[in-house]
Amino acid sequence: MGNKELPHHGHGPGEIALRVRRLESLLVEKGLVDPAAMDELVDRYENRVGPRNGARVVARAWTDPAYRIRLMENATEAIRELGYQGRQGEHMQVVENTPDVHNVVVCTLCSCYPWPVLGLPPAWYKSSAYRARVVSEPRTVLEEFGVTLDEDVEVRVWDSTAEIRYLVIPQRPRGTGSLSEDELADLVSRDAMIGVALAGKPDSRS
Amino acid sequence: MNSVHDLGGMHGFGMIDRSQQENFVQPWERTVFALTLACGMLGRWNLDESRFARERMDPGDYLKGSYYEHWLHGLELLLKEKGLVSENELASGSPEGSSDLSAIPAGRMAALLERGGPTAMDNTDVPAFRAGDPVLVRTFNPKTHTRAPRYIRGKRGVVATCHGAHVFPDSHASGTDRLPAYLYNVRFEAGEIWGAGDAQGNSSVHVDVFEPYMEADHA
Repeated sequence: MGNKELPHHGHGPGEIALRVRRLESLLVEKGLVDPAAMDELVDRYENRVGPRNGARVVARAWTDPAYRIRLMENATEAIRELGYQGRQGEHMQVVENTPDVHNVVVCTLCSCYPWPVLGLPPAWYKSSAYRARVVSEPRTVLEEFGVTLDEDVEVRVWDSTAEIRYLVIPQRPRGTGSLSEDELADLVSRDAMIGVALAGKPDSRS
Repeated sequence: MNSVHDLGGMHGFGMIDRSQQENFVQPWERTVFALTLACGMLGRWNLDESRFARERMDPGDYLKGSYYEHWLHGLELLLKEKGLVSENELASGSPEGSSDLSAIPAGRMAALLERGGPTAMDNTDVPAFRAGDPVLVRTFNPKTHTRAPRYIRGKRGVVATCHGAHVFPDSHASGTDRLPAYLYNVRFEAGEIWGAGDAQGNSSVHVDVFEPYMEADHA
């Protein structure tokens, strides 16, 4: 009891791991948290819900004009048609890239992200550098990600400050007219649906 | 509140570290993620209170700490503030009494996550603004939670769309009832926010702005 020598507010990696273990065991022992529920939460978002969901939405929008219209008019309902819904995707809006407009999404205040269609965000999306910079120097940030846009293409940054979650519909790459919906989905990376990549290219790696 | 969580437009962070492709960087981050969601589902606080708890982290610690350290700070703070655990229990990791709350079982997780927490509400008032209306974001500096980032305060924009009424986070974060406020997507030209000399060309920022943050722009 009251083991004050334990580093309750430590910040080194080992100290934080210890602090988290202590908190977990306390909450489990108090009956506030079910360990099996914790496993379920991590497994769901690490292994089952991810950007493949969003890629299916994009591929459907590319191939089915009526679906695209439903998606533009009520993204939450159109995404639910494919079975994706719930936490951090309760109110969805899609933003479509065109030859004239390129969209990119951020949350400057925390790290809001459309979980049902993209899973949990990559650590860089939550970083201070991304949150600080993409609103004020979007072209420079996009160039760091390998996306260079002509000056006549407008860059539109979407800051998710409320409970609306944004999904970018990238432009369909040229020469893909013969591909199936599944093959098209393979071309849609997580980064393309955040807006820091174009479709038809693999996720950016440093 | 004006703290360092409100990062938009800050300088000095350098390049974005794109080697960080995964969500969880350290193994303990999985635990913090799962504990935060599982405890949130106990219903003793809402998402806006969670955000406000993370924002109250010491600003120096916030910037030095990783994302899930913010979550850990917020979770410990709420557990203490809501009386679910004591400072002594947090320090020792050993329970000193029982709780009248019971854990949400694994079998209920899927349904709760699929439902989520919609924030859309009915509002009997008429929206004050329509698409195309010029608006001015008010200048205000609350010490409490707000979703109006500093970089839009005092700036002029144009309403792009009305999202309907949603729970107003500024009051919800203090644990009060869900009050409705109309929510709009507002377009700000980059030059209006950053100044013509510092803004990057042909760019704009679209921000979701609650009606109480704005007034009509008669200029």
